[in-house]
Amino acid sequence: MTAATTPETGTETVVALAGVDKWFGPLHVLQGIDLTVHRGEVVVVIGPSGSGKSTLCRAINRLETIDNGSITLEGRPLPQEGKELARLRSDVGMVFQSFNLFAHKTVLENVTLGPIKVRGTKRTDAEKRARELLDRVGVGQQAAKYPAQLSGGQQQRVAIARALAMDPTLMLFDEPTSALDPEMIKEVLDVMVDLARGGMTMIVVTHEMGFARTAADRVVFMSDGAIVEESTPDDFFTNPRSERAQDFLGKILKH
Amino acid sequence: MDDLLDQYDLVLQAFWLTIQLSVLSGLCSLVFGTLLAALRVGPISVLRAAGTTYVALVRNTPLLLVFVFVFIAAPNLGWFVGTPFLVKGVIAMSVYTSAFVCEAVRSGVNAVSVGQAEAARAIGLTFTQTMGSVVLPQAFRAVVPPLASVLIAMTKNTSIAAVFGLMELTGRMRYFTNNSADDTVIFLVFAAFYIVLVELISAGAIGLERRWRAAR
Repeated sequence: MTAATTPETGTETVVALAGVDKWFGPLHVLQGIDLTVHRGEVVVVIGPSGSGKSTLCRAINRLETIDNGSITLEGRPLPQEGKELARLRSDVGMVFQSFNLFAHKTVLENVTLGPIKVRGTKRTDAEKRARELLDRVGVGQQAAKYPAQLSGGQQQRVAIARALAMDPTLMLFDEPTSALDPEMIKEVLDVMVDLARGGMTMIVVTHEMGFARTAADRVVFMSDGAIVEESTPDDFFTNPRSERAQDFLGKILKH
Repeated sequence: MDDLLDQYDLVLQAFWLTIQLSVLSGLCSLVFGTLLAALRVGPISVLRAAGTTYVALVRNTPLLLVFVFVFIAAPNLGWFVGTPFLVKGVIAMSVYTSAFVCEAVRSGVNAVSVGQAEAARAIGLTFTQTMGSVVLPQAFRAVVPPLASVLIAMTKNTSIAAVFGLMELTGRMRYFTNNSADDTVIFLVFAAFYIVLVELISAGAIGLERRWRAAR
């Protein structure tokens, strides 16, 4: 495999989903999902729209509740809404399709809010670390600006820095580049590839097949709420087993 | 007019009392109304229901009845006995106005995109922190104009207190008109005091809007 996968992809389980079901009314959006992600692993979830990828991603830090089955993070089941859940969420970074930067706060304040409020970090320390992270994702110059003054790609990189500021054990990406212009997609994907190389455990819902090929340890293909296929990127892209996956790849890889 | 000039100290005292009533009731209503709004959008169903009931009850009651309750009915039940009139006035005004503040703030909360709260929860903020640091600050920015209207209405509503022996502007105006043939001038002078207060609120609202528009 590529260099992206070499850093100690351990056997230690970070996330485990077992028999997860979810309904939106009569719609069975997650159907008996079993998925285990190990420390340092990069799992890319792909599939057609409405296949439940985003719901799966959001269920892992309980932004969506599930109706059946279990989700455990580092061996602990997801708690009910409350302080304990908040603590657990602080260890899981989440990057949204629509960035969701806090509109009334500067870029720097966006990144320091969590560390100061949740971790009790001193403001000066939080700001120092935030500036390092902003430099790392290439938006250090924008620290004093408000989100609306930034391009989409810059906003998404700030959102990644905001998640990283909590020193997460796991990063969830929910279609992080789907709202971006083509030239901005690359700047965000570059940051994500760097993270993957650095050994971050990541679950990435995306339509970027290039990212899946270069950075994923494992590709999970979903369709109609179920995991249809799970394999290495090489295997999946060159030799998809299921008809659904062949059909899907046939459509998206044509051009 | 001569009466007013001769007894200008009474006029100024009345103006001061109206200012006290307005400012104190305004602050109490903003705090209590915001808390109510937080209850109404919160995760605990009992508190949500309590907030909804409060708003339904108070908003459907004429302000005069709220005053009657605080000044007459409550002392009969043993509450607010010996409480200064100004405090009772502020209580009545705040009980009433906070229902309207609640609804204005709640419309602001609904205007803040769900993603903002989700992002806040995703970095580990509790419900209270999410409201306090992310949702409410943005909600307030969205509801400055309707909140200003609520506070303006409240300022003029303080005139109800005249009925209960508080010699604020309207009470004092009646004192002067009862003893004078020069009604029109007296009306105009007292109206001017209200206009000054209301314009101050409007100017404050415009200032806040400008400042917050610049900061994003």
